[in-house]
Amino acid sequence: MSASAEATVVITHDVGLHARPSVKFTKLAKTFAAEVEIALAANGPWFDAKSIVKVMAAKAPKGTVLHIRASGDGANDAVDALVELVRRDFDEGADHVRTA
Amino acid sequence: MSGPLRLQGISASAGYAEGPLFDLDQTVVSYVGKETADDEKAALETAIATATGRLTVLIEMAVGDAADILEFQIAMLGDNALSSPAFAAIRTGLPADKAWRQALDAEIAGYDASDQDYFRARAADIRDIRDQVLRALSEDSDVQAPPGAILYGEDIAPTRFFETDWSCGGGIALKAGSTASHVAMLARSRGVPMVVGLGASLAHLAGTALLDAEHGGIVLSPSKVEIAAFRQSSSSFSARRDRAGTFLARPAVTKAGTMVRVQVNIADPSDVDGIDIATCDGVGLMRTEFLFGKTLPDEETQYRAYRKVLEWAGEKPVTIRTVDAGGDKPVPGFTVAEGNPFLGLRGIRLSLARPEVFRVQIRALLRAAVSGSLKVMFPMIAVVEEYRQAAAMFAEEQAVLATRGIVHKMPPLGIMVEVPSAAIVPEAFAEAAFFSIGSNDLTQYVMAAARDNAAVAHLNSVRHPAVLRLIAAVTAFGQREEIPVSLCGDAGGDPASIPSLLEAGLRDLSVAPAQLAMAKAAIADISV
Repeated sequence: MSASAEATVVITHDVGLHARPSVKFTKLAKTFAAEVEIALAANGPWFDAKSIVKVMAAKAPKGTVLHIRASGDGANDAVDALVELVRRDFDEGADHVRTA
Repeated sequence: MSGPLRLQGISASAGYAEGPLFDLDQTVVSYVGKETADDEKAALETAIATATGRLTVLIEMAVGDAADILEFQIAMLGDNALSSPAFAAIRTGLPADKAWRQALDAEIAGYDASDQDYFRARAADIRDIRDQVLRALSEDSDVQAPPGAILYGEDIAPTRFFETDWSCGGGIALKAGSTASHVAMLARSRGVPMVVGLGASLAHLAGTALLDAEHGGIVLSPSKVEIAAFRQSSSSFSARRDRAGTFLARPAVTKAGTMVRVQVNIADPSDVDGIDIATCDGVGLMRTEFLFGKTLPDEETQYRAYRKVLEWAGEKPVTIRTVDAGGDKPVPGFTVAEGNPFLGLRGIRLSLARPEVFRVQIRALLRAAVSGSLKVMFPMIAVVEEYRQAAAMFAEEQAVLATRGIVHKMPPLGIMVEVPSAAIVPEAFAEAAFFSIGSNDLTQYVMAAARDNAAVAHLNSVRHPAVLRLIAAVTAFGQREEIPVSLCGDAGGDPASIPSLLEAGLRDLSVAPAQLAMAKAAIADISV
């Protein structure tokens, strides 16, 4: 049975979905068999969430409402996990303090 | 070339380096084309694998930011979306090096075109990825810089930074570059001196150079006298920095036990990412010109920028200056072209002349005020009517927000004391909630010496008795009338000027984040 899921989440990370956050995002996306895509608007354009080149190219700054959709095996789990990652600020809370 | 040549840029990481110049832009890549498209494809695949392998070795040795950058590069290299246009071009008959360059240049152009600083700075990472694969494609091994060399070129790749042995000193001098680049970040955290924006291209790259990344300059073909003076500045800098490090985490106190508040000046919300709030007493000056880069910013963009800094500062105060465009900071579509811009429509004058733009900023500030301890100040106030007019606009916008039921708060409103008329007659401005002395502009207006003109640099000194007397008078007036007075010009972070400022009565300075430790160390040395 082919499932599909879709959700939105606000990016609160200071630099948006860039460099380090996008590495984490695509790594997590790749752990799911489902096809996963992101967009900055409900009507697209949609970008492959498993490609860091595409995710970076989406240029999603802080405050963006990120649309995530998935289809195929584990679609629901994939969307839930990715939304959760963005919500957790890519696990870069107070423990990631730059000293530079 | 005879005689010394001096170039001026912007410091990206303070420090001193003396050493041979090494040309980063010499091209060593010479790829030999293959017989068939299949061979070209195989060559590119091998080169990508080689480059990835090298990065994997580097990542073993890297920590923190460095590891993050490498991991990002490895992830990009491993993504078919990056290489597929190159492989497609190879199928149409292009050699591997040209195909790869063409594909990556297209990607780089996308980053260069971004209106976000952070994103634009990633172009250097993609160039790095491009060049690593090109290097792997060519058989030539890379020419290594000699130990202690000053790397000079258009821009520098992060991998070049990692591969360089900085234990023998050395530094980075870039014609272009950015203080927000990954390498600038790394240079600051590792203490490697770095200057960007040197502009001019040098025909001749031999010999020793002196890199003064404390003041953002470089001297080529220096004379003996210059070398001696440079070495003195350099050892004084290292001594100061070593000592200063131990002062950063402590409150600033003079020898006599006088407490001095030391706040930071920031120009962009992301500046606070590198600062531990525990090391400073708040933000004494947040500039807002950065928001007015290419287009006039909307209320939401401004609100988010202000809120970010207020949330970072927590209970500590954040003083935001309303837009100070004009003078040497033109903004297309906002400032006007003038024969004498420093004496023209700049600062509050421009904001009052363009109320529709100013009101947007006012609303964003009123809304952000609920997120922390906000203070707002107006630049270039010359007469009290300007302050009253601006304060009235705050009251009007507050009423608008209240009617609409939008959460907001009225912050204390103060003025910059930087026009001589305000410094000479501070009592005319007694209704302002606080004074912040802008020593850069005050000095240039009192001395009639532009701060961007090297020919009159000797006149542009905050320590001239005329300037110091005004600072002392404003500070004394503030004390008498219980109006807080601080200073937020470059002088506040200059160890040579700090003694005079404290003697003038100031107990509240705001400095560039990089000068925080040095300023505290200098304060500890003063017996006021």
